Amino acid sequence: MSFLVVKLVSQRIALGLMLLLAASALIFVGTQMLPGDVAQTILGQTATPEALANLRAELGLNEPALSRYFSWLGNALQGDLGTALTNGKDIAESLSGRLGNTLFLAACAAVVSIPLAIILGLLAVRFRNRWPDKMISAVTLATISVPEFILGYLVMYLVAVKLRWLPSVSIVRPEMDFLDRIEAIAMPVIVLTFVVLAHMMRMTRAAILNVMESAYIETAELKGLSAFRVIASHAMPNAIAPIVNVVMLNLAYLIVGVVVVEVVFVYPGMGQYLVDHVSKRDVPVVQAAGLIFAAVYIVLNTTADIIAILANPRLRHPK
Amino acid sequence: MSRIPTSALIGLVFTSAYFLAALFAPLIAPYELGAIVGDVWEPMSSEHWLGTDGIGRDLLSRMIHGGRTTIFVASAATILSFTLGSTLALTAVVVGGWVDMLLSRFIDLIMSIPTLIFSLVVLSVVPVTLPVLILVMGLLDTTRVYRLARAVAQDVNVMDYVEAARLRGEGTRWIVFREILPNTLSPLVAELGLRFIFMVLFVSTLSFLGLGIQPPAADWGGIVKENKEGIVYGIPAALVPAFAIASLAISVNLVADWVLSRTTSLKGGR
Amino acid sequence: MSKMKSQPSRRAFLGYVSALGIAAALGPVSMAEAAPKKGGTFVMALKGGESTNTLDPALSLSHVTYQALRAYSETLLNVTEDGGLEYRLAESVEPANGGQTWHFKIRSGVKFHNGQELTAMDVLKTMERHSNEDSKSGALGIMKGIESMSVDGDIFTVNLTTPNSDLPYLMTDYHLAIQPNGGFDDPAAGIGTGPYKVTANEPGVRYSFEKFADYWDDSRGHYDAHEILVINDDTSRAAALQSGQVHAVNLVSPKTAKLFARAPHIKIETTDGKGHYIFVMHTDTAPFDNKDLRLALKYAINREEMVDKVLAGYGSVGNDSPINAAYPLFDDTIEQRKFDLDKAREHYAKSGHDGSPIVLHVSDAAFAGALDAAALFQQSAKAAGIPLELKREPADGYWSEVWNKKPFCASYWGGRPVQDQMWSVGYLSTADWNDTNFNSPEFDAMLLEARAELDEAKRRETYGKMGRLVREEGGLINPMFNQFIDGMQQEVTGWVSHPNGNLMNGFIASKTWFE
Repeated sequence: MSFLVVKLVSQRIALGLMLLLAASALIFVGTQMLPGDVAQTILGQTATPEALANLRAELGLNEPALSRYFSWLGNALQGDLGTALTNGKDIAESLSGRLGNTLFLAACAAVVSIPLAIILGLLAVRFRNRWPDKMISAVTLATISVPEFILGYLVMYLVAVKLRWLPSVSIVRPEMDFLDRIEAIAMPVIVLTFVVLAHMMRMTRAAILNVMESAYIETAELKGLSAFRVIASHAMPNAIAPIVNVVMLNLAYLIVGVVVVEVVFVYPGMGQYLVDHVSKRDVPVVQAAGLIFAAVYIVLNTTADIIAILANPRLRHPK
Repeated sequence: MSRIPTSALIGLVFTSAYFLAALFAPLIAPYELGAIVGDVWEPMSSEHWLGTDGIGRDLLSRMIHGGRTTIFVASAATILSFTLGSTLALTAVVVGGWVDMLLSRFIDLIMSIPTLIFSLVVLSVVPVTLPVLILVMGLLDTTRVYRLARAVAQDVNVMDYVEAARLRGEGTRWIVFREILPNTLSPLVAELGLRFIFMVLFVSTLSFLGLGIQPPAADWGGIVKENKEGIVYGIPAALVPAFAIASLAISVNLVADWVLSRTTSLKGGR
Repeated sequence: MSKMKSQPSRRAFLGYVSALGIAAALGPVSMAEAAPKKGGTFVMALKGGESTNTLDPALSLSHVTYQALRAYSETLLNVTEDGGLEYRLAESVEPANGGQTWHFKIRSGVKFHNGQELTAMDVLKTMERHSNEDSKSGALGIMKGIESMSVDGDIFTVNLTTPNSDLPYLMTDYHLAIQPNGGFDDPAAGIGTGPYKVTANEPGVRYSFEKFADYWDDSRGHYDAHEILVINDDTSRAAALQSGQVHAVNLVSPKTAKLFARAPHIKIETTDGKGHYIFVMHTDTAPFDNKDLRLALKYAINREEMVDKVLAGYGSVGNDSPINAAYPLFDDTIEQRKFDLDKAREHYAKSGHDGSPIVLHVSDAAFAGALDAAALFQQSAKAAGIPLELKREPADGYWSEVWNKKPFCASYWGGRPVQDQMWSVGYLSTADWNDTNFNSPEFDAMLLEARAELDEAKRRETYGKMGRLVREEGGLINPMFNQFIDGMQQEVTGWVSHPNGNLMNGFIASKTWFE
């Protein structure tokens, strides 16, 4: 590996860290702009003014924003995310369980959907403009364009209520072993696979088609290599950058954006946790969860960039 | 080249039917937007072709009016995000250096904040009107388009013919629009169809959060949400708009596929 | 009760005392009729829980924490199904000094889940925590009338600033769950005297409980274990019941209740309650400071249609007053206001309103179906020539940003055990949650008069006058009272509807069993 690649890669990593810092500031400003007041939302409609004033003082809401930001950042760097304003629970502790659940679900969905999407994409290119291509295209498009919760309800009714094969909600209990957990999340995984499949499959197809016209592919074809071989080992590596990008976008979605599926299947992941705390204006939790999401995004994006650098020989050896 | 394949033809017919219905909605809808004309969740009948919704409004009329909002908002936001996203990305790649660096990191920064929080904050600070909605959705989506376009363009940028054009002394504009854009078009067109659908779904998510379309107007996703309790009991009011979104998605993408195959064969001819 | 005779006794209080007597007598009888079976794990799926929830009774607000509190803790007294009172942690209650002083005898032999014995001191500390100046308690409002509290042996005494015959009712508030040392040590520890002991507390996800072996009352708590799952999505909750994963669910959506109940193993229980789905106008803000405009809007709402379409018939029409027949001392002679477009037009013309759009702020956070109700209202008002404009607000932040701030919005009240409390919290000019900014010295005077009135008939008459005044002058548009709709498996036995709350006012896990 050339010195330049090492330099490019380490530059990207350093940039990622700087981005994270900037993101933390942006998240902080954003949470300050949220309308509403945590004290009011904790106590709800039936709050009396005295109770509100008492709670506000206790939560330190009267201190200046800047000092709150720096003390929070300092603590966060030491792994202390503070305690939730609303229920006094330790944030790092509650978050780690939720994050674990989210990553488990995302990983399972990714393990199923990414290979499937790439294989389907390759198949579509192989049988371009013939019926397998069109079938794959239509089915994946249909699944992506039905709102997630409808897919969720339909799967739930068919599998849990009518057939009674799987539990209708994905409640996770501490005493469950690995297989029980897999069973619990089987339905969300099915739905998430439907949701992310089309995007990755179509990008795989388009990106490979794009390089299929190049001269070296023609050479490979003329050499008499099998059609599949040409696609998989000659076209695919050169189409990797956009594919990786879309895969990363969808991975990020699987981690950050599955709120609806979590709600439908009652899965205790990060999304629901974050939305609950946003609506309660529980700023420390929103900041902590936002920071973790930002970190996930930045790590995935940086990875995508690095893979793109490594995969493109011309980038590695610019003239 | 002159013959349009059947699939593309179907796509074109449906897409243009939806767009025409959207354009002439007030003329063809049998009832007024919010008018209550029947009972709750009436089945399909000669009077109400698609039945009625959860409070007795004619579903066909709501679908036609809703289609207008949905298609208009989603198209406008998609056009905005594509124009802005790909122009910025291509410029960044061609100019390179600190412009590329700054722009890319800024986009990364925006992307790293979960979209939900972002839209919640922005839309609860500024008043929600249609232009604001389109702007917010378009700008948030610009980041996604930018990343993809940049990744594709970066590969193209190091190709020999781009290098050749540079050596010829062509300006940045020429390189962006004559050399790089045509060669990045097919992944971008493939993405365009999908982005359009994501926009349709995004509008309905916003409606769900109370930040989207103001009642009594509604978008298709919003109509699904209004009637979602009926889904598992086969109530048409919940299934018809879902079907409309899906068929719009498929037909738009059939057209995109056709365009895609045309651009690749064009390139093959070079 | 010998002490009573020497006191200037109050008819109203006599009524309560007889209710207490009846409840005490009925307890063992109903036991003998149907011996409950013991055992099993009772699982409920509930809407209304978030990962921000806490077990601290003072901060409890949502359905889920309310049900959890009912499982693990208890109050001094409870309201019975017929509106009377029953003793729980208090063994008896005696008023003194004309209802200005109250003595509660605390039950002996009751244990907390941590093994400690319940004492009158724990009760005093609990009340202190809720009435403390620094308190964040949801019960702080009702603790305001207390001047001092003291303990003498097993007697807990409350001195009020003014006589109040409703004090035993105030003590039934679910926030006032008795905790060891009043919860000063760790308010969210989940330790109480209830029939079930907390074994897992995962806010927004699930709570699990086991039967507390040392529970003092053998007629409650028949299950070996109990679990609450938080399922906020209506369809998912229904699916959990249909697929047999849970035994009971709350807040069944009215539109699908009939379709839902077709499954043979499921039953639906409905309860007439005091909750009402309403629109509130600030009577001190233009254009709602005009009585004719308010009346125009009140006549332009089609109540029957709303009950039919928004509640699918699971409810009853409102009469622009927060009080209905579920309350004691309800005056049923108040004329029902009808949907009348002519009168609406007439009052609208008389109001001299300039015809600019009247903005109604609404969100489904106010009540389930609020957007539908507002859309119906908009159409019926349009027929009367009143231009109503809907402004959909984010569900998120609705109660802090819209309710009580915007001059015209959708709202919800769950009701209170007695009329005095309902009027005092929502309509007294100085009340904290007076969400119509109603300011009538005449009304305020009548409220105080009724509170001090000895004669039940006169009290009823005064309440009737207050109801008429609010109906005529107030900023409340009350189209409907909703029913509680709960769903459960057929095997759940022992159901008794309770007008004060869904799932038997929270006691379903304590009072039912598997057949």
